[in-house]
Amino acid sequence: MAAVIFSLLVFFISLFITTSSSLLVPGLQILHAERQIDLTSHIVRVYLTLKVENIEDDPASKVLLAFPPAQFDHLSLVKAAVTVGKKRKKSYVPLEVNPTEQPDAPNGTKYYTISLLNPLLKGEITTLEILYILSHSLEPFPAEISQSESQLVYYHDSAIILSPYHIKQQATLVKTPTNKVESFTQVEPTFRTGTELKYGPYEDRNPYSYSPIIVHFENNNPFAVVEELEREIEVSHWGSVQVTERYKLAHAGAKHKGVFSRVEYQSRPTGSGVSSFKHLLAELPPRVHSVYYRDDIGNISSSRLRINSKKSELLIEPRYPLFGGWKSTFVIGYGVPLQDFLFESAAGARYLNYSFGCPLADTVVLPEGSKDPSVEVPFAVEQSLQTKYSYLDVIGRTVVVLEKNNVVPEHNVPFQVHYKFNPIFMLAEPLMLLGVTSSEEAARWIHSLQDAALNPGKDLMSYSKENGSLLGELIYD
Amino acid sequence: MAPPETPQPTTLRHAFGNVLSVFVLLLIGVFAFSIRLFSVIKYESVIHEFDPYFNYRVTQYLTKSGVYDFWNWFDDRTWYPLGRVIGGTVYPGLTLTAGTLWRILNSLNIPLSVETVCVFTAPIFSAFASWATYLLTKEVKGAGAGLTAAALLAMVPSYISRSVAGSYDNEAVAIFALILTFYLYIKTLNTGSLFYATLNAMAYFYMVCSWGGYTFIINLIPMHVLLCIVTGRYSPRLYIAYAPLVVLGTLLAALVPVVGFNAVMTSEHFASFLVFIIIHVVALVYYIKGILTPQMFKVAVTLVVSVGLIVCGAVLAVLIALVASSPTKGWSGRSLSLLDPTYASKYIPIIASVSEHQPPTWPSYFMDINVLAFLVPAGIIACFLPLSDASSFAVLYIVTSVYFSGVMVRLMLVLAPAACIMSGIALSEAFDVFTRSIKFQLLGSTENLQVNNAGESTNVAQNDVVKTEKNEDSQKERSSRKSKKKEKESTERVPLVSRIEQKLLVLPLETSLIAVFLLVLLGAFYVVHCVWAAAEAYSAPSIVLTSRSHDGLHVFDDFREAYSWLSHNTEVDDKVASWWDYGYQTTAMANRTVIVDNNTWNNTHIATVGTAMSSPEKAAWDIFNSLDVKYVLVVFGGLVGYPSDDINKFLWMVRIGGGVFPHIKEPDYLRDGQYRIDSQATPTMLNCLMYKLSYYRFVETDGKGFDRVRHTEIGKKYFKLTHFEEVFTTHHWMVRIYKLKSPRNRIRGKTKKSKSKASSTTSSKRSGTRKKNPWH
Repeated sequence: MAAVIFSLLVFFISLFITTSSSLLVPGLQILHAERQIDLTSHIVRVYLTLKVENIEDDPASKVLLAFPPAQFDHLSLVKAAVTVGKKRKKSYVPLEVNPTEQPDAPNGTKYYTISLLNPLLKGEITTLEILYILSHSLEPFPAEISQSESQLVYYHDSAIILSPYHIKQQATLVKTPTNKVESFTQVEPTFRTGTELKYGPYEDRNPYSYSPIIVHFENNNPFAVVEELEREIEVSHWGSVQVTERYKLAHAGAKHKGVFSRVEYQSRPTGSGVSSFKHLLAELPPRVHSVYYRDDIGNISSSRLRINSKKSELLIEPRYPLFGGWKSTFVIGYGVPLQDFLFESAAGARYLNYSFGCPLADTVVLPEGSKDPSVEVPFAVEQSLQTKYSYLDVIGRTVVVLEKNNVVPEHNVPFQVHYKFNPIFMLAEPLMLLGVTSSEEAARWIHSLQDAALNPGKDLMSYSKENGSLLGELIYD
Repeated sequence: MAPPETPQPTTLRHAFGNVLSVFVLLLIGVFAFSIRLFSVIKYESVIHEFDPYFNYRVTQYLTKSGVYDFWNWFDDRTWYPLGRVIGGTVYPGLTLTAGTLWRILNSLNIPLSVETVCVFTAPIFSAFASWATYLLTKEVKGAGAGLTAAALLAMVPSYISRSVAGSYDNEAVAIFALILTFYLYIKTLNTGSLFYATLNAMAYFYMVCSWGGYTFIINLIPMHVLLCIVTGRYSPRLYIAYAPLVVLGTLLAALVPVVGFNAVMTSEHFASFLVFIIIHVVALVYYIKGILTPQMFKVAVTLVVSVGLIVCGAVLAVLIALVASSPTKGWSGRSLSLLDPTYASKYIPIIASVSEHQPPTWPSYFMDINVLAFLVPAGIIACFLPLSDASSFAVLYIVTSVYFSGVMVRLMLVLAPAACIMSGIALSEAFDVFTRSIKFQLLGSTENLQVNNAGESTNVAQNDVVKTEKNEDSQKERSSRKSKKKEKESTERVPLVSRIEQKLLVLPLETSLIAVFLLVLLGAFYVVHCVWAAAEAYSAPSIVLTSRSHDGLHVFDDFREAYSWLSHNTEVDDKVASWWDYGYQTTAMANRTVIVDNNTWNNTHIATVGTAMSSPEKAAWDIFNSLDVKYVLVVFGGLVGYPSDDINKFLWMVRIGGGVFPHIKEPDYLRDGQYRIDSQATPTMLNCLMYKLSYYRFVETDGKGFDRVRHTEIGKKYFKLTHFEEVFTTHHWMVRIYKLKSPRNRIRGKTKKSKSKASSTTSSKRSGTRKKNPWH
């Protein structure tokens, strides 16, 4: 009886495999695949090296990458590159990667398409280097820990690379942050040495082979997640670009349970609250000035700013250490010199070149009187235009709003906003000021005092607050 | 009577003087504003202390929801489960002012935040207040005295302490309103103009909107009117100055929801009505006197006086009966403690527990008004040379405010403007005399007459106009009383009198020079002191503390750390219990519901929290649980030496709790009448919730449990909490937050044990605890 069932099962599986393989872009096979899963931080970085061969007559210009649906949702970035040249003169050429839909994808598999530079002729072999980043893929287990426990997480994946192609030989290397691995699924052959876990090599696996694995390991990295980040870039032709960043920060790791004891936290820093974090590093442009760091109820008096010619680093400390599930909000603001970011293009237009940073909503406030704004961003964002009235504006300032979800540090690339501006508008407000009554002058004067209040110089106050934008190990979702 | 601005024959110098005055006033305004910015420069642009946080929160609501929602705002975030009708229990002047300011700025596209507007409201209004002082003093003693008084007020430490940037409290606008009301009263008194009388009522209305201290006005002005009547200074101008104020003012005051019918019902206002009646009687008498012959008048007087006395007696009897029928004699607790300084400490511990309601010490006079304290007597003397209606008002103002400031520290604030006016008068008069002497001595006697004329028409011209006409008036009245004749003729002998007076006041040159130098030195000393006080003493926002040590400045930002933690990491509807001091801050900064706050309108509720804090853990848990409390917040300064923490306030909790729930007895917490927390402390003290929450695991910090505020080792070092768990403690341990454990822990097998323990450790009165708890 059991044998019958088993044979039936085998039959169905083979049926499944044959039907599905027939659906797919055949033509390619993967000679050698090597995967490195880096679990050392709270975002998962996967480096994949594929050696692809065309085995059919038609030239192939596209290579498909397959992802299980659960992974696809957490995918924040996919990059691919092709190696050109021999060993000595090896260089990487980036390739275009786009999400695609395939009809009749088995079990809801999702795809990315890599467009090759040159179509692959029959028998040709090319090597692709792929990097993809998964956020929110480490599941804390236990989901709640007390102050003295360290944080353990699950990572789910497959021992065998999910692919629509036949893979001749493959291996997967999983790197964990510490030696402490509670458990992992054995898919022979599996070896573990120190912080490394090796699955494979596996030979000749059919398309869509899948073998789920779970790695349960210690990861005390701060799971700092920015839930919302709005950045406002205000361009003033009087010489500065004012940036304001509003953060909503959370610790997305295992939830803190029960007591928080300050005495333990302070007296045993290594044994207590190891997964919590106290400070974050923000990287700001060089030559920043008037940096501030505050929240709804006032300045946060704990931060350190280091400025050098290449970049400025701001070490910010939230008001309290963040344990699992705790949240915090704050605002970082700073000014940068205008000439570093604003350039004049041909035909008299101007453009602002600023790095996207990691905000979820980027608003660029152009000076009053700007015309014809247009945006160049290297990736897809939602765009809209608004009008904002700032100090003594009459016709309002043009505001370009860019929105994006699921942002990781790799999205930190420059974007450009082009616009036209007549410098005569710069004089509008001073002229108006000269003309208006003393009451308005008084109000503006109050404003300038308030600025002085918010951005006190170092010499005036010994606990100065200085600050900037968070990079490093943050996920923005 | 001509207003002082009326062009004089020597117009050019006069005009120059006017321009100079305006310029000086502008500078005074700027100075008043900027001296209050030390807090922003040294700390940050933030709302200070406790009450300002409430005002700020109300202003936020006002700007967000509009004025109609504001009137109807029922706040369920405080006084849980009772709530509080904010619109009807708050003096709306400050919030409406700041809200309007914010709206105007925003309509001009100046997008300042509500917080910024609130922070800078007080400095702006202190500039206004100094200008109002100028006007008031000018009415009393001329422009010179006005400018001096305005300059003094701009920097008087007592006022600075309440109006630094960020100190967003009622007093910030109320002092301006107070001075403005007085100015308009004096102005009406001097001019007899109904226009100013109406303005006066409006200013009074603004004052009523702003601060409970308006009762000072509505008692002081009647007192002055009475004084004028008694001293035979009654005039139609007095009637115009007073009667419209009472009628219009009372009607307007009744419009303010928090005052409402109190404007006619409470004893604080009775004096004004009484004087209102009296002034009418007097007016009638003067009128009748005018139309009757002296013989007829005598008859009429006897008749009217006898009838009037009977009526007055009847009215008084009714009033007294009414007043006596209410337990507090119709006076509010704070007013009563003003009349009888020992009243609060006897009957209302909650008023007595506030440090600003304590009587001041002598050093605090020197600290708060500095050299003004010495100049005031001179100013009073100057007010009598000659005495006018206006200067008698100034004298009355200083005398009453000195008394009130002696009762409550807080009312130093009312004294400050009076002291500034008096000192301004004194300084100005002194300078007048000295500079005139110098001028006389230098120019010699040949030009004497010319100089005298010029001097009269320029520098002192205005003074003289006011003065002489005052003289005229008083003489009129005196003569009218004596000779009983109508007098309308202009008196030309009066300038002569004043000229003679001036000649008498010439001093030797050297004396004058030295005196001027000494006066300047005194002024300089005052300025230095004021700047120091503004910079060092009164600028701390009290939510951020700093301390200097050899390795730089340390910042203690624990309060905001705790409030920020509460606001981000607890549920929106969680209730937080703490002593009432922190109620406003918790609702404003953490946005969590509190049980009691600084409004202190319900003594029983506060007593319940006090009782919980003074009870042992289990009883406290019961009380808190019955109030739906989830978190308990205590302020603890023992680790860093922050003296105003809950342990130091604890005796007040015991007193206030014991005032309502008699099983809490103060002697139980004292060892031989001494309050201590060391090993000599009583077991009741060492087992009460406040002690436990403050010192939980404190001993683990240094191994001994040394309390740096009380300078002792704590009495009970190792103990566990059974019904509470620590959920957050700030960096310097200044705020500790505990969570009530859920009742499940109690049921599981431990019930018997804890019950037997409770009965063994506590006496029979504990069993009464639960019954007496009103929330069961």
